[in-house]
Amino acid sequence: MIRRRTGPGLAAIGHALPWAIVIIYFYAAPDHLGFGTQVIIWILFAMSLDLALGYAGILTLGQAGFFGLGAYAAGLFAIDVSPDPLLGHLAAVAIAASFGAVTGAMILHTSGVTLLMLTLAIVSVLSEYANQARSLTGGDDGLQGIKLDPIFGMFEFNIFGKTAYVYAALVLFAWFLVAWRLVRSPFGRSLDGIRQNPRRMRAIGTPVWWRLVAIYTISAAMAGSAGALSAHATRFVGLSVLSLLTSGIVTVALILGGTRRIYGAFLGATIYFVVQDYSAKISPFFWEFVVGGMLILTVLLLDGGLLDLGPAALRLRDRWRGAEKDRE
Amino acid sequence: MPSFALTVFLDGISYGMILFLISVGLTVTMGLMRIVNLAHGAFAMIGGYVAGYVTQNGGNFYLAAIAAAAAAGVLGGIAEASIYRPLYRKGELAQVLLTIGIAFVTTGAITAIFGAFPYPVLFPDYLTRPIDIGFRDYPAYRLFLIAVGAVIAAVLWLVLDGSIYGARLRAAVDNPRMARAVGIDVNRLFTLTFIIGCGLAGLGGAIGAGVLSLEPDYALKYIVLFLVVVIVGGEGSFGGSFVAAMALGIIDTLGKYFVAEAAPYLLYAAVFVLLLWRPKGLLPPKSAT
Amino acid sequence: MTAPPTALSVRGLSKNFGALVVAQAIDLDLAPGARVALIGPNGAGKTTFVNLLTGFLEPDSGTIAVAGETLIGLRPEQRVKRGLVRTHQISTLLFDNTARENVAIAVAEREGFAWRMMRFGKEWRACCEEAQGRLEEMEIGAAADRRVSELPYGEQRLIEIAIALSLRPRVLLLDEPAAGVPSHETELIHQALDRLPEGIAILIIEHDMDVVFRFAQEIVVLVQGRILVRGTPAAVSADPGVRAVYLGKTAV
Repeated sequence: MIRRRTGPGLAAIGHALPWAIVIIYFYAAPDHLGFGTQVIIWILFAMSLDLALGYAGILTLGQAGFFGLGAYAAGLFAIDVSPDPLLGHLAAVAIAASFGAVTGAMILHTSGVTLLMLTLAIVSVLSEYANQARSLTGGDDGLQGIKLDPIFGMFEFNIFGKTAYVYAALVLFAWFLVAWRLVRSPFGRSLDGIRQNPRRMRAIGTPVWWRLVAIYTISAAMAGSAGALSAHATRFVGLSVLSLLTSGIVTVALILGGTRRIYGAFLGATIYFVVQDYSAKISPFFWEFVVGGMLILTVLLLDGGLLDLGPAALRLRDRWRGAEKDRE
Repeated sequence: MPSFALTVFLDGISYGMILFLISVGLTVTMGLMRIVNLAHGAFAMIGGYVAGYVTQNGGNFYLAAIAAAAAAGVLGGIAEASIYRPLYRKGELAQVLLTIGIAFVTTGAITAIFGAFPYPVLFPDYLTRPIDIGFRDYPAYRLFLIAVGAVIAAVLWLVLDGSIYGARLRAAVDNPRMARAVGIDVNRLFTLTFIIGCGLAGLGGAIGAGVLSLEPDYALKYIVLFLVVVIVGGEGSFGGSFVAAMALGIIDTLGKYFVAEAAPYLLYAAVFVLLLWRPKGLLPPKSAT
Repeated sequence: MTAPPTALSVRGLSKNFGALVVAQAIDLDLAPGARVALIGPNGAGKTTFVNLLTGFLEPDSGTIAVAGETLIGLRPEQRVKRGLVRTHQISTLLFDNTARENVAIAVAEREGFAWRMMRFGKEWRACCEEAQGRLEEMEIGAAADRRVSELPYGEQRLIEIAIALSLRPRVLLLDEPAAGVPSHETELIHQALDRLPEGIAILIIEHDMDVVFRFAQEIVVLVQGRILVRGTPAAVSADPGVRAVYLGKTAV
């Protein structure tokens, strides 16, 4: 997992760039803040998946379950309990995390296809239930009429979307710090070991199941947070938040950008939504082609996602140089 | 009352037959070559759309069904040689992602060619009418599904049990290393089986269009069902997938009649519980135990 | 003066898979510092025995104890904490990490740091230093910074042993330590085996009789899940029952 360390100058730029873009976008595109907010939400969502799938190797297609739970929880909280957005956000995170802890404890002793299937079953149960419980979720029509108080009594949610954008960006930043700390910690290191070789980790006394449940819970909390943001930003929750397709899309976004690279989720989610937005304007099906094609090519050619393009090119150059030297 | 029970039974197994037809290829793929193929539904979808196109343009239904199977099989062969072969070594995550990608691309292609609305397969008149089966009238179509499914299942079973190909296949599923050591060309065996599996899926998609309706999101929507049949039955287990398909069909039908609203999520909850109890499926082949 | 508790105590360990008996009432004691080799024909149940000891298989009956504490009911990772450590027949390492990282991660786990979600620079450096020391004991200190996937197989086997030792075992199960190692590298392994700490009770599973005769004070012969005989190398190689099993004169 320990990748070649880049020089400190380059690293600093690498860190500053994504956040600079986030900030610049706010000022440069005030009419498109809704789009920007959506990308930020999905960056957070993809980051949550990176923790579970990328670092810990938990094969899951059920991440949308936590996203959707968070979204519906936040929406229903605002409608039935209190329109305070921050309280609602916390409630959503707590609910998603609890669900993650409980289901994780039940399934994380399995692996491979069995685990995958269990996560599919869980998200299918949630999705079908939401579809059926019309009185609760609004069914096909979705949860509407969510009204939120201004944050701290000052920043209100409105059609200009400024509050939503900054709110989402700050939440993303907070979670980013958490994730960054986590993957560089001993805990993160042991997860990487578990991903590579669970047998080896058990052989050195690692309580594998506990560690996996822990990261799965954190990942669920993060996804739930993204879901809450989604509910707050659009003041609407539709059935799609819980769908298998949503799980598929966030997986695509993460893989495009690259797993186990801090900013992979940033790159992947951005590319995905830019492509989707652009190709939706061309025709309704074009994006499926493009995204599917990119996914296939990424898996076949680039082990590390698009963020690997740089290092991959360097490797290619080194190999070519090495071949040249041999010929001399 | 017995009439009702019989209706549920017939509805259930006719649905189950289609699930079996489509999933049997998948269970062999996953059991034999250990590839997680989330694009399998796409082959059924392609078959269905081919049959739809042929029948809508005046072609004979049986011709359409054969064309469906052939198209799916050929595409399966091409896909296997080009895209699936590099997957053998790449690990489960890569397989999941790549096959999702294939499903996406196929969905896009279908929408592009055929449009986003439900696409019907035109069945011959005598299939769309009900038949008197004694104490009630029952759709001939469903009886047709049961008959075709039963015949194909029987043929497959005979081949599996009685032919050299079948013996080689069973050996390779049970213990691929041993099989190779004994000289069985497992790769060629797989290519052939993959093509047959895709062809069967295409056929299932075609004749089953009255049960699993054809829309561009068919592949992604129904893959979970096919996976359930495979995993619950046991990867690589022909008998297991048959039992699981029948069970799934009947339970789903029962659910629709009794607990109509709760049926879908109760089904998945049941799958969840079952997998926790029996992670390797109901009737896993020897290599899994 | 009381005798030190036996390092490993196994009584009546049995396991069936239906009609197939893979372990039959196995009794085995290892004193601290023991050097015992476990041999037997293929299919004799050696791997099953190891899996029963390490907790990957539940026995049908019998007891297992390390230094007097029972291991029955404990998960594999818990047994490691009680002092039962194994190496694997096929190198089971973190191939993307360096040799030193592999050992350091084990040290961190032993010291109980590994669950921490906050950074711990100082303690990690200590883990790395200890790891370096362990690698140098195995005479592969120079390979510390190289990725395991790039190292020759013989050095990988030595890393397995280094990891096992860093867990401070009471009982060490060595599963064919020289298996798959090219002949020009086996001497390194043999020397490493000679240098293993004296206090540890070691059970080595081997096919290579040179290793067995060089290393073992006692040999245990396992046939069809049952211990056939236990004794010094000389006694065992003279035993007619053992000869029959290996030379096939009697149908066993």
